[in-house]
Amino acid sequence: MRKIVVVDRYRCAYCGACISVCKFNANELIETFLHIYDDRCNGCGICVKVCPMGALKVIECST
Amino acid sequence: MFDVIVVGAGPGGSIASKTCAEMGLDVLMVEKRQEIGVPVRCAEGISKDALERFVKPKRSFISREVVGAKIFAPDGTEIVLSEERAGNEVGYVLERKIFDRYLAKLASDAGAEVLVKTTAVSFEKKDDRVRVRLLRMGEEWDVETKIVIGADGVESRVAKFFGIDTTLKLNEVESCVQYLMTNIDFDPDYCHFWLGKSIAPGGYVWLFPKRIGANVGIGVMPSLAKKTPKEYLDDFVSKKFSDGKVVEFVAGAVPVCGEIETAVSDNVMLVGDAARHADPITGGGIANAMKAGYYAGIVAFEAVKRGDFSARFLRRYDKLWKDDFGRNLARKRRLQQKLIDMDDDTLNRIFHSIPRNIGELSVRAIVLEIFKRNPKLLWDVKDFIF
Ligand SMILES: Cc1cc2nc3c(=O)[nH]c(=O)nc-3n(C[C@H](O)[C@H](O)[C@H](O)COP(=O)(O)OP(=O)(O)OC[C@H]3O[C@@H](n4cnc5c(N)ncnc54)[C@H](O)[C@@H]3O)c2cc1C
Ligand code: SF4
Ligand code: SF4
Repeated sequence: MRKIVVVDRYRCAYCGACISVCKFNANELIETFLHIYDDRCNGCGICVKVCPMGALKVIECST
Repeated sequence: MFDVIVVGAGPGGSIASKTCAEMGLDVLMVEKRQEIGVPVRCAEGISKDALERFVKPKRSFISREVVGAKIFAPDGTEIVLSEERAGNEVGYVLERKIFDRYLAKLASDAGAEVLVKTTAVSFEKKDDRVRVRLLRMGEEWDVETKIVIGADGVESRVAKFFGIDTTLKLNEVESCVQYLMTNIDFDPDYCHFWLGKSIAPGGYVWLFPKRIGANVGIGVMPSLAKKTPKEYLDDFVSKKFSDGKVVEFVAGAVPVCGEIETAVSDNVMLVGDAARHADPITGGGIANAMKAGYYAGIVAFEAVKRGDFSARFLRRYDKLWKDDFGRNLARKRRLQQKLIDMDDDTLNRIFHSIPRNIGELSVRAIVLEIFKRNPKLLWDVKDFIF
């Protein structure tokens, strides 16, 4: 099973903290919308630790 | 085709755009938010000198003036610093919603084109130019430029596209939340800081007075934090300001990695938070972002005049910001690493060792006083003083 990070949009404050720590270029803010690119995200979970809102979590995904 | 495209309309981007436009360059500044300055990601404190170097203070964007800072040890022991001595983060408390727009207006008055609700999504080198892809309300188009100034904040992707590695580690960033609070009791003439591992591991809690209420916020270092900054702040607020009302909520992050090796690459300069220009101890970044924006603007002008956009030429910009505040960032980073190792008892002892009756002190005088009393500490913080 592959790991990937997902965002809870009701919690996200589009602050950009998670982007500043991602080595894999796997996330991006377009206007106020956080994109996570699943082809690049490896679920390392670093961004989860920096999110001030607790809006991110790593899940297992079967695809 | 533009001479310069500035990505991001924060203080760094607006001053860069204004500087370039004033010297006659064709400038486009793009901002992904639909409203410049909103949502705020800032406690809004800046020293008078730092602000006045670039703009005349106006009542519209100055929310309050303060005369100094009160700093509290984990056990509540207080020291007071007067404004001219409290380092460079107190003096004015801004209204950034208005301030950021005012700076953008200065840029636009100088001749820069400004686009909001427009995200720069990718960059492609093409001979000696850069093609920037812009996205606005689902529509994409390309623009060409000689130079890109990445003033795109802590979330900078300009850096990533051009191979400048500014990725932060979990001990190089402060994760922050802040409430604008009313119905609380505080001394409106002072900025307040609360220190201690138990209160804010690797960071601190602040209170900055505003015209109405105050910004009460926290920064914690994710490598040390056991819960989210919001949970730490809620603990603090429930003890200290239990009757307070929250009328605005802010979240953000501040880079505190200190001086980076280079903020340039071919055709590119990074300014402000994108170049990790914020102060590792205070987290203040408005002043350095404006300075960097100004320097990048000057160098962009020289580069256009010469027709040379190589990293080698743009290194002049590195020299300017490093000579101005780069070394200070490096020093503050070293001091920060000492401070975060200190446990609450040591901090309390240090605060107790400062005599109450000296009145208002300079940071330097306090540190010297501490050494007289705690010579062992000298070793730990010698980097900072000497
Ligand atoms: C909670 C908190 C409290 C703070 N308190 C203080 C303080 O009291 N004093 C102080 O001096 N500093 C403080 N800071 C730091 C300060 O806010 C920043 O250092 C400052 O805003 C940096 O300015 P800047 O111009 O570099 O970036 P920003 O102000 O972050 O501006 C960057 C802009 O770029 C835009 N952008 C990003 N990517 C793109 C893209 N791809 N396309 C288009 N636009 C883009 C963003 O939307 C943003 O508007 C605080 C920060 C936080 C999080
Ligand atoms: S750090 Fe959290 S709140 Fe900030 S943009 Fe990322 S997911 Fe959203
Ligand atoms: S989980 Fe890791 S790879 Fe995925 S977005 Fe977060 S930091 Fe990047």
